[in-house]
Amino acid sequence: MSLHCHHDRGTPARVSTERVTLSIDGMSVTVPAGTSILHAAAEAGVDIPKLCATESLEAFGSCRLCVVQVKNRRGYPASCTTLVEEGMEVTTENDALFRLRRGVMELYISDHPLDCLTCSANGNCELQDMAGRVGLREVRYADGHNHLAEAADASNPYFNYDPAKCIVCSRCVRACGEVQGTFALTTTERGFDSRIAAAGGTDFLSSECVSCGACVAACPTAALMEKSVIELGQPQRSVTTTCAYCGVGCSLNAELQGEKLVRMVPDPSGGANHGHACVKGRFAWGYATHADRITTPMIRKSIRDPWQAVSWEEAIAHTAAEFRRLQEKHGAESIGSITSSRCTNEETFLVQKLTRAAFGVNNVDTCARVCHSPTGYGLKQTLGESAGTQDFDSVMQADVILLIGANPTDGHPVFGSRMKQRLRQGAKLIVADPRAIDLVDTPHVRAAHHLKLRPGTNVALINALAHVVVSEGLVDEAFVALRCEPEAFAKWRTFIADPRHSPEATEEVTGVPAAEMRAAARLYATTGNGAIYYGLGVTEHSQGSTMVIGIANLAMATGNIGRPGVGVNPLRGQNNVQGSCDMGSFPHELPGYRHVSDVETRTLFESVWGVPLSDEPGLRIPNMFDAAISGSFKGLYVQGEDIAQSDPNTHHVTAALESLECLVVQDLFLNETAKFAHVFLPGASFLEKDGTFTNAERRISRVRKVMRPLAEYADWEVTQMLSNALGYPMNYRHPSEIMDEIARLMPTFHGVSYEKLDRLGSVQWPCNETHPEGTPTMHIDEFVRGKGRFMLTEYVATEERVNRRFPLLLTTGRILSQYNVGAQTRRTANTVWHPEDILELHPVDAEDRGIREGDWVGVQSRAGETVLRAKISERMQPGVVYTTFHWPGSGANVVTTENSDWATNCPEYKVTAVQITRVEQPSVWQKQFERFSEEQMSLLKASTEAKPAHASV
Amino acid sequence: MNIEHLIHMANQIGSYFAAEPDPADARAGIADHIARFWEKRMRQSLYAGLDSGEASALAPLVSEALAEHRERLLGRAA
Ligand code: SF4
Ligand code: SF4
Ligand code: SF4
Ligand code: FES
Repeated sequence: MSLHCHHDRGTPARVSTERVTLSIDGMSVTVPAGTSILHAAAEAGVDIPKLCATESLEAFGSCRLCVVQVKNRRGYPASCTTLVEEGMEVTTENDALFRLRRGVMELYISDHPLDCLTCSANGNCELQDMAGRVGLREVRYADGHNHLAEAADASNPYFNYDPAKCIVCSRCVRACGEVQGTFALTTTERGFDSRIAAAGGTDFLSSECVSCGACVAACPTAALMEKSVIELGQPQRSVTTTCAYCGVGCSLNAELQGEKLVRMVPDPSGGANHGHACVKGRFAWGYATHADRITTPMIRKSIRDPWQAVSWEEAIAHTAAEFRRLQEKHGAESIGSITSSRCTNEETFLVQKLTRAAFGVNNVDTCARVCHSPTGYGLKQTLGESAGTQDFDSVMQADVILLIGANPTDGHPVFGSRMKQRLRQGAKLIVADPRAIDLVDTPHVRAAHHLKLRPGTNVALINALAHVVVSEGLVDEAFVALRCEPEAFAKWRTFIADPRHSPEATEEVTGVPAAEMRAAARLYATTGNGAIYYGLGVTEHSQGSTMVIGIANLAMATGNIGRPGVGVNPLRGQNNVQGSCDMGSFPHELPGYRHVSDVETRTLFESVWGVPLSDEPGLRIPNMFDAAISGSFKGLYVQGEDIAQSDPNTHHVTAALESLECLVVQDLFLNETAKFAHVFLPGASFLEKDGTFTNAERRISRVRKVMRPLAEYADWEVTQMLSNALGYPMNYRHPSEIMDEIARLMPTFHGVSYEKLDRLGSVQWPCNETHPEGTPTMHIDEFVRGKGRFMLTEYVATEERVNRRFPLLLTTGRILSQYNVGAQTRRTANTVWHPEDILELHPVDAEDRGIREGDWVGVQSRAGETVLRAKISERMQPGVVYTTFHWPGSGANVVTTENSDWATNCPEYKVTAVQITRVEQPSVWQKQFERFSEEQMSLLKASTEAKPAHASV
Repeated sequence: MNIEHLIHMANQIGSYFAAEPDPADARAGIADHIARFWEKRMRQSLYAGLDSGEASALAPLVSEALAEHRERLLGRAA
């Protein structure tokens, strides 16, 4: 039960055009048909006592505390399960109801420990509230048979289950099914013996539970309770903020005692998450105050020197002097920056402004380079805007979902749960993925088609689907004629109709049977609203951009764009990937996706920023690496990213970093990149600053400061100090002023302000004069670019091909409990679910190589070699192996190559030809990595032992 | 800049635009992409490679595009 005062109306709100009027305690109420009496009463301001009902769940009708009387009806119906009817006359309080409710409470309390004073839910317990509400004064059967001696299950690292406090209301069981969609909980036995049990294991930890916490939030008592509350007590205040993990962007209420975070509770009014969260956002926030946080600036001359702790003034002055020295010696173009998708919009905006206005160059890039840059390119070219077309709620109106290269139940868990809700209602699912992700077959959900394609053949697959649409007359001709460029469409139609794109011609390439491709294409094109969702399995390929274009073509050809329930929806990786791209983090674009050569835009920025701006595109991250190695790029400011771990071909990346003369890293921790740095600027966690994040549905949500920055300054303040030291003045007093500047400069943000965000909760851009409250669905009457543009998508096989030396394909991904490079989640108890990265391979491939479960295996590619532990799994198809990259020592990126997308240089993480062999010891790289890490940690230790002083470097 | 990387990237761009039925459109598409996304050092290095004969691995379509649009791709750098 959360602290936030959300008025729980007991059962979900209903939407209906039919209105019903009834009387409750003599008051007239009008509600949509299908509403419960309980909900209608709450609307009228009458809170009927209840225990098993809560607004987030369908009514169950088990506790009978909510009984009422209805005129001309016999008995005492439960108001949570009885629906309103026209003219009904309901009484909620009289003597008979009073006695009935008191009897119910007495029975509950007789089997409940009366330790309210020392209970963790004290002061925030619905059972306690209801006992007070019904006037319970004595319990007559207190000494009977009870459950008070049963032991608690403390196996989950974040919450306990105490059966002694359980009233078997089944709210948790329903939350796990209805909200989360995992169905891990059941009610065992019947009557007095009935209990809650987690299925598939002996306790919560070993069960199928994914630790989303929905059950904990739903529990009206202390039976399911956060360990942090048990330890610290009930929170006193609540601040609404936004999760700093994935691109779902859940709205969370940080519940605190003073500045101490006690728990995170998802916000029921959150536009993206509607009161749900996952194990990361809800529980894995302990990293923010982890002992590894570095809170003092540090500098050093060479990466073999010990770090010296210095004051902020000295660190900033030193950085500015170094950058100016490099520019004088090697030219203005010799320095650049990398912005972070984990930082706020305001911070990202400032880093690119610093680069363009203070450095005077366009050498700014962002980690979106390595994930969704093809989305930006492909959607801009075809539809006119570099963003997804829908809001998340749109999925509830989809009739068929085509899910390509994404694993929402792990990567975007809260959206994954929502998608499962829709699939349980009967929407059809087509999964295109080399691996059998959970959604292919999970409780109450089964994909109609799993197109198990070979890694690297996406474009051949999307072409085959489009070929079926065109050749079988499934094109939405009216939509295309009205909304798309006729010449481009005619050219595309001729192109795609060519027999070389047919399922029969491409099944050899994709490995997907032609009949299955045809059936899937027909299903998508003919089943009402067709919605496409995709992830990094689409973008991280040498043809990533072509594939995004292919997806947009397919959606346009079938008319599946421009209304709720359809669309092209990229599932973004990190929390602010959309935002960092919007804010002008790409070297060729000013904020708002406008090319640097566009005179009108440049003039606007020049007039506001007061300096001339370069019209030349700058270097992308991989180009920066190449330029560093060839000697023309010398200084780099990296805010909140770990390129040494996240970017492909680690050998190449570290060689580039070692070539830099001044690498400045701003981060919470001494990450892998910082081990190559000359200046370390301590970062602030999302709890320590104000700002905004923009999620995958273009939703701008507030990040609110709940504690003072551990290192004194929020990240935007540090960028501002650096800019001032470089002689380009910045004088923002609060991030809201940065947002005001963004709103002035970006047409899609003209209507955005902190005042509006505080008022509306969140808003989806475009938010401007024509859409003052934002835009949930884009391209409704016309595309942002006017007419939709079909583009050609020839399949070009990746150069990363299997051969005798490297006969297997490695593909990479992530898992639920860990996040990206793991810097945050590795510093939380989430490690119990994923203590190391493992290599998944098919039993046939394992047997061929004499590999058994748990063996150490060497993974060799043409880029390098690493060693991981093997997991044998039927999820894989023979010939394809899989790993994650959450632990730096695993070296997944030692193996990946620098092959990249033709249009954006987004690395081809999803396809690497490898060989696997059984080995006995770590790889040469891993041994070097260990040695280097140990050396760097000892150089860090030297600094933390010395007090900040005026060092001279 | 590493000329092999640049040639490789240019050829990849070429293989996307090769699907255009009209080769003039393909050449214009290649040049436009390079102009919009490549930093000046990269464009200069690629032309230097082309002029010194180090870029023989460039696909013919790409070489043609570079030759045809030389002024646009280098002119802005001046
Ligand atoms: S654990 Fe909580 S929510 Fe679940 S049945 Fe028991 S009291 Fe109800
Ligand atoms: S934490 Fe989530 S998955 Fe686990 S039992 Fe509770 S609701 Fe189900
Ligand atoms: S789904 Fe994403 S945004 Fe929501 S709580 Fe989990 S990690 Fe955070
Ligand atoms: S709240 Fe209606 S029966 Fe429990």
